[in-house]
Amino acid sequence: MPARGLTAALALFSLLSGGTPAAADTLYVTLEKDNALAVVDGAAGKLVKTAKIGKRPRGIVLSRDGQQLYVATSDDDVIQIIDADSLRKVGTLPSGDDPETFAMDPEGKFLYVSNEDDNLVTVIDIAKRAKVKSIPVGVEPEGIAVSPDGQWVASTSETTNMVHWIDRAKLDVVDNTLVDPRPRAASFTADSKQLWVTSEIAGVLLILDVATRQVIKRIGFKIPGVTAEKIQPVGIRIDPHRRYGYVALGPANRVAVIDAAKLEVVDYLLVGQRVWNLEFSPDYTRLYTTNGVSNDISLIELPEHRVTKSVAVGNYPWGVVARP
Amino acid sequence: MRTMHAWRAMSGIVLRELYRFVRQRERFFSALVRPLVWLFIFAAGFRSTLGVAITPPYETYIAYEVYITPGLLGMIQLFNGMQSSLSMVYDREMGSMKTLLVSPLPRWFLLTSKLMGGVMVSLLQCYVFLGVAWLYDVQAPWAGYLLVLPALILSGMMLGALGLLLSSFIEQLENFAGVMNFVIFPMFFLSTALYPLWKLQESSPLLTILARYNPFSQAVELVRFALYGQFNLPACVYTSVALAVFLGVAIIGYNPSRGMMQKKGSRL
Repeated sequence: MPARGLTAALALFSLLSGGTPAAADTLYVTLEKDNALAVVDGAAGKLVKTAKIGKRPRGIVLSRDGQQLYVATSDDDVIQIIDADSLRKVGTLPSGDDPETFAMDPEGKFLYVSNEDDNLVTVIDIAKRAKVKSIPVGVEPEGIAVSPDGQWVASTSETTNMVHWIDRAKLDVVDNTLVDPRPRAASFTADSKQLWVTSEIAGVLLILDVATRQVIKRIGFKIPGVTAEKIQPVGIRIDPHRRYGYVALGPANRVAVIDAAKLEVVDYLLVGQRVWNLEFSPDYTRLYTTNGVSNDISLIELPEHRVTKSVAVGNYPWGVVARP
Repeated sequence: MRTMHAWRAMSGIVLRELYRFVRQRERFFSALVRPLVWLFIFAAGFRSTLGVAITPPYETYIAYEVYITPGLLGMIQLFNGMQSSLSMVYDREMGSMKTLLVSPLPRWFLLTSKLMGGVMVSLLQCYVFLGVAWLYDVQAPWAGYLLVLPALILSGMMLGALGLLLSSFIEQLENFAGVMNFVIFPMFFLSTALYPLWKLQESSPLLTILARYNPFSQAVELVRFALYGQFNLPACVYTSVALAVFLGVAIIGYNPSRGMMQKKGSRL
């Protein structure tokens, strides 16, 4: 009887403390000021190690097979290829000057890089480690995204205030959409029907219809106790089922949760200072944020939308990817 | 003292306290409104003032409302402890304490039972407050709501014992205003209920030391850790020692042959 009582008590405690644990994953976080890459155990929320890489690492993408990391080391003017296990550099890709953000195509064969100073989008063939083409876009290109159906590359230019629609087959800009000031990040929904773009100065999230390439909704943010000028939307992630989208709000230290069906803000989650970029865990049970000023990353449990932990990782965490 | 006899006496005293609390609706609401005013109004005004340090048991950034919730639980228990002391003084002035103290049971047992009655009342208030806070989006892990119970019992007993101790010194009801000024306010404001120690350290090292060794701070920290499923051993030891000291002195204070009762024995 006592054994049964104990088992029941343990079962109750396990139920109360949150059920089954989520799958393990490894996070790679670029540290802009430390010239390093932090490796974090995502499930445990623990910093495992830090490795020096090139100068001023920012954008980071994981290869489709999960074996290699591509890291834009902006002050080296290259994208480094790093072995995800050993963290050793195994090559470089010719990114053009000052690479910051870049995106990979669905097949994992090409990278599309925003070259902010040259007003270009550089297309790189990963296997050949060669530049395929430089496509002229607006002034100061920043955000870049490839549609999951492989048809489009969307590039946002911060000064021209436009989304440039690059036809992936032609590798040319075929259309432009005027958007609100300083468009920062862009992300397609999994069905490739919508493009979400954050406008940093206007403090809004714009929803564009891909078929018409027009803005169909402008979502503003209002947080009690936070002044409007602190709300500077940057990184975006949308879950594959399009239930929720998440927007990092920079110095507002919050992540906005958007109902992706109704296109309305449903919650704000308090994270570290100047939250910049976001990433899902491979099983979509967590969302990670890089907090540039408080030098940590925050872990958000999904779908509860509960911030469970903030982990110090090093100076100026910028980009993050998660590997199963 | 037979066990059954003791149990009957204790449940009688505890139930009397509970009935008295539940029947006095205005007392129930005022006990609830006080911390809620702090939660809804005071915390709203100070929302962004806490800064960016993460202190245990928290593992991430929290809103100010989340920080002060354990402090407000402490506030409920502090006021409740003082309210019990007020009722002791009232009972003594009205003569109803005689009925209690002429019982053949030992005086320490009667006082501890009275203390338990006060703790039960404070637990009721605390859980109702936690329920309202939960609706206001101040939510702890589910296990925390269970684990905080023993912490609340210990902190409630410590603060109740302090009330008992004070009641042994107070001669008249009018003196209770002095308790407000010299006990409740300093204890509450010089603690970690409203601001963490590191924040206090920025302005005054002396106040930091006073806040650190304030038994109320230790009780609040015990409750704060328990609410997040963690056990704070130093706070538990400190609170237990404070309970033993306060209760011990209160029992001596209520002893007709030795304590304060000798001086005011005529009114018993």
